[in-house]
Amino acid sequence: MDFGPVWLTLLLATVTTAGLLLLGTPLAYWLARTSSRAKPVVEAVTALPLVLPPTVLGFYLLVALGPLSPVGGFWLQLTGEALTFSFSGLVVASLVYSLPFMVQPLAAAFEALGDGPFEAAASLGASPLVAFACVAVPLSARGFLTATVLTFTHTIGEFGVVLMVGGNIPGETRVVSIAIYEHVETLRYAEAHALSAGLLVFSFVVLVLVYSLNRKFPPHVG
Amino acid sequence: MSADPTMPAESALMVDVHLQRADFGLTVAVEVPLEGVTAVFGASGSGKTTLLRAVAGFERPDRGRIVVGAETWFDSATRKDVPPHRREAGFMFQDTRLFTHLDVAGNLDFAARRGGFWPGNEGAAGGGFDRADVVSALDLQSLLHRRAASLSGGERQRVALGRTLLTRPRILLLDEPLAALERERKADILPYLEEALTSFGIPALYVSHDIDEVARFADRMVLLSAGQVQAHGPTMQMLERLDLQPAMGRFEAGVLLAGRVIRRDSRLHLTWVDVDGDEFAVPEISGADGQVVRLRIRARDVALATRRPEGISIRNVLPGRLLELTPGEGPGLVEALVQLRTARVRSRLTLAAVEELRLEPDMAVFALVKTVSFGV
Repeated sequence: MDFGPVWLTLLLATVTTAGLLLLGTPLAYWLARTSSRAKPVVEAVTALPLVLPPTVLGFYLLVALGPLSPVGGFWLQLTGEALTFSFSGLVVASLVYSLPFMVQPLAAAFEALGDGPFEAAASLGASPLVAFACVAVPLSARGFLTATVLTFTHTIGEFGVVLMVGGNIPGETRVVSIAIYEHVETLRYAEAHALSAGLLVFSFVVLVLVYSLNRKFPPHVG
Repeated sequence: MSADPTMPAESALMVDVHLQRADFGLTVAVEVPLEGVTAVFGASGSGKTTLLRAVAGFERPDRGRIVVGAETWFDSATRKDVPPHRREAGFMFQDTRLFTHLDVAGNLDFAARRGGFWPGNEGAAGGGFDRADVVSALDLQSLLHRRAASLSGGERQRVALGRTLLTRPRILLLDEPLAALERERKADILPYLEEALTSFGIPALYVSHDIDEVARFADRMVLLSAGQVQAHGPTMQMLERLDLQPAMGRFEAGVLLAGRVIRRDSRLHLTWVDVDGDEFAVPEISGADGQVVRLRIRARDVALATRRPEGISIRNVLPGRLLELTPGEGPGLVEALVQLRTARVRSRLTLAAVEELRLEPDMAVFALVKTVSFGV
């Protein structure tokens, strides 16, 4: 059996999750703490990938990342390769596609803290940055766990966007879901079974792990 | 008072703010010295906590100034608003707000570390102690490795108090630290609170709606009512003033007297306390002769007689002179203020009694004191 799509999928999910932890955490924190009038707009943009058909998202990403677009053109000049139909392009597309799965659980976790811990931290002399890093983040451990796992598994399961933006290039953009699709199209059910069962078992094990870990991170009160 | 009336005394907290919220307004102009304990007293909804939060920087007044010593923390005229973490105010929350992801030691370290970052803090008035002093004063040694979530209510309050002290603030802001505790737990933590308030030398604003706590701790009090300062002054004088009674609450009227233990009788379990010439017998209290104690005598525990009564079980019968009679809060009730030798007590009488005894100001009377409660 060809494990290429499996490693590629795991790599894509890892890079995407790491990237979204960096990008999504400040965004979620801002959403949870702001009283800005722009908040509903930003919230809506963040949630768009949840409601749009992956083909719509994939289509616009394809247009936005293409070598003729500003972003795609800049990337082409910088690296010498196009963003579309490449692994880098898949990462960018996944960052957009999985954004709500990182931001929403985190924002909910930060919001659930209320003002209490922040006022306590400030009264002890902690600047907002220290309060964020030393109080808000550790108190939201459960939210981080949920967000990380959801983002990771959701990235593994994506199909439509990948197909639109990345196509089906072995070793570059051919992830598990694409490989399964191709196996079914070419009537190689045995291979399709192997990959599908693997994905099913993997997802199940991860979710069981998360739910049992969740019991060790009880909700923080007071 | 300093020469410039718009600047507060060097070592005072000056709050002159107006703050309007949807359902509540606070208009306060008060200056209190930065020493000892100042109680902020009033019914719930009177603005006590809001005032404290404004000083800490958690509530932003619409206009006014907050000045601590030589430092301006808030001034709407110059648009100055020092953020809470740069104000050297130690806020102790009613719900403690310990960090549940840390153990007790971690909570204390957090405070000690941030506290240390404040420049010039080490040499400040409140800086003459370290973590070990706080841990031993509040008996925290055995709790250090416990998680915050596993502590009892009283233990949490002790840790919260220690954590606040360790930032070595210019001023302690205590928001009803005992209100969430049951009566017995309160009794457990009172000695620690007392120790912390007296021995670390940090001035405190103490918000409370419990007059007994105020009587026990506070050197002076600010009486808030409906978002305004109704009166402020030394606790003992404030507790004597009849005109403040509605704000203080019907069952809480009384006086606070300071006296010295003069002798005791271990067989009868009684201790005699001298209040500048007036002697009170009180239930046995520990403490050596000469120790200063505070006696709190509620108006409802004092009866009046026009002649010295005989064959009576009440031990404290003190001669005095009736100073004034004012209408009581309820119908048919009268409040009397009685001058003893030097102390004054208040008495709650019925209108019927006043008329039958023909009581009027300047009459010689005997005050019959049924119960005396005391604090240190």
